[in-house]
Amino acid sequence: MSGGHTKAKTFIARHAMGKAVRGEALVAKDGFSARYDLDRINGVFSRPAHKLVGQSYVNKVLILDAAKGGVATAWMLLEMQSRGVVPLAIVLNSVNPIIAQGAALGDVPLLAGFDVDITQAIAHGATVEIDPVRRALTVL
Amino acid sequence: MKLNEEEQDILAGHQGPVPQTALRHQIKVGEFFGAADFVPVTQAHIMADTESLGEAGVQWLEGLAAEKTGRRRVRIPTITDPRGTDFAKAAFLRHTKAMLTLEERAITAFVKLGVLMTNTCINYQTVQPATRNEHVAYGDTGVVIYSNSVCGARSNFEGGPSALSAGITGRTPRYGFHLPQKRLATLHVHVDDTPETLNEWGALGGVIGRIAGNYWAVPVIEGIGERGGAPGSDALKHFGAAMASFGSIALYHLVGLTPEASRLADVAPDVKALPSHRVTRADFESLQLSYHTTDEVDVVVFSAPQLSLHELRDVAALCEGRQFKKPLIAITSPQVKPDCDRMGFTQTIEAAGGQVLSGMCFYQSYAREMADAHGWKRLATNSAKLVNILGGYGYQPMLGSMEACVEAAATGRLA
Repeated sequence: MSGGHTKAKTFIARHAMGKAVRGEALVAKDGFSARYDLDRINGVFSRPAHKLVGQSYVNKVLILDAAKGGVATAWMLLEMQSRGVVPLAIVLNSVNPIIAQGAALGDVPLLAGFDVDITQAIAHGATVEIDPVRRALTVL
Repeated sequence: MKLNEEEQDILAGHQGPVPQTALRHQIKVGEFFGAADFVPVTQAHIMADTESLGEAGVQWLEGLAAEKTGRRRVRIPTITDPRGTDFAKAAFLRHTKAMLTLEERAITAFVKLGVLMTNTCINYQTVQPATRNEHVAYGDTGVVIYSNSVCGARSNFEGGPSALSAGITGRTPRYGFHLPQKRLATLHVHVDDTPETLNEWGALGGVIGRIAGNYWAVPVIEGIGERGGAPGSDALKHFGAAMASFGSIALYHLVGLTPEASRLADVAPDVKALPSHRVTRADFESLQLSYHTTDEVDVVVFSAPQLSLHELRDVAALCEGRQFKKPLIAITSPQVKPDCDRMGFTQTIEAAGGQVLSGMCFYQSYAREMADAHGWKRLATNSAKLVNILGGYGYQPMLGSMEACVEAAATGRLA
């Protein structure tokens, strides 16, 4: 679902939590797991096959396809938050319980579930605003 | 979420700050997923290795454990997934003092919270399997998919904070695989060839995981065991662990084998409406080959999931009379290790130059730091789950049979 005025375009998620933020979008049609995909010390994607390999996720709004992998993300977002090496927010087409549990503990805004493929709807590098109360992602 | 009288009491802080913190966390997650209420659970299983926890996670646990007011201990049997080290083998692993200290602090906090330090990801083989329709709060994706699929239990993936919360409150939000309607199949898979080895079972699980692709997908699978009988517990252990790892899958059904799918129609009332896929031997062999990027091997690892006594028996038989050029590591649970020692398997493996470790798992034990400390990069294993994970840790992981992996430890080359 989209709407808004002539310049901003808004997408409404089915699931949302956390605080409102604004930042640069890092977009890929690929999955997300803190354990499998990230070099959490240096703040970059590290799995060789990941479409964002080598790119920094720090303070970016991650827009990806699906939560993947194991349960470690439930702890890791808190640890990443404590060092300031953490995404600003995470936006997914498909969410699993682990990322929601991790976002709840680590205080990372999370949106998931749209009527469109959100990785195709948002341009890489776009400035976006996340408003979990409205379950809204707005392209500025 | 609708809260009953006791839950309102907990939320108001009348049972103390620890249950209150736990319930608040559970409500956040439950409301995110639209849970109507809570469901009582009988067991919890916590994934909490210190590489995942970090200093922040350990401090969070210590904060709960230090609480003086109210009830701080878990109220249902609550057990742990593998730890971040095997203290008896820490020097071999080159785990640092800082890692061990963090591990000790986490253990101390868990014990104060009443958690049982079982340190295993194969509790369904070694501690107590869940039963059909038993609602549980399990961490470790391999434990969840085995318990849901093979045992017919009901669990979502419960990460460490949520599993601990469930242990403390004795309940979990009722969403996902606690709901009967979410357990019906969402895709149909026909498998042409039944795997023969554990690495093949893992590779097949990986292929189906990739096809299914997300947590809410439930594959119903036909064709398994049509010739040669039903797969055993270790085969389904590798199958499910890889499916969960590659696809975030928490439940599958094998028609005629797993408890909820005596007949296809039990879980797929309208199978023609489901997306359908055919998987051949070429598909799972192709997945295995895709990881075979070199013949040279630096280290051989049997882990992820921890090995059963039967697997250790097989590894030991292959190690008999060998002398390894490369390190070989076999990792099991603290429940299996004493039997492994008593049966002489440990001695046989270690006489060949291998190491038998317990209570940890390779990827949960500072895999990146071990790679740097030992110069390990090219890693051979029979675990499809492990090859899926270790690429992100800077390894070049390769998948082979147990026989080929033991041979690689002896020759330095994976055939």
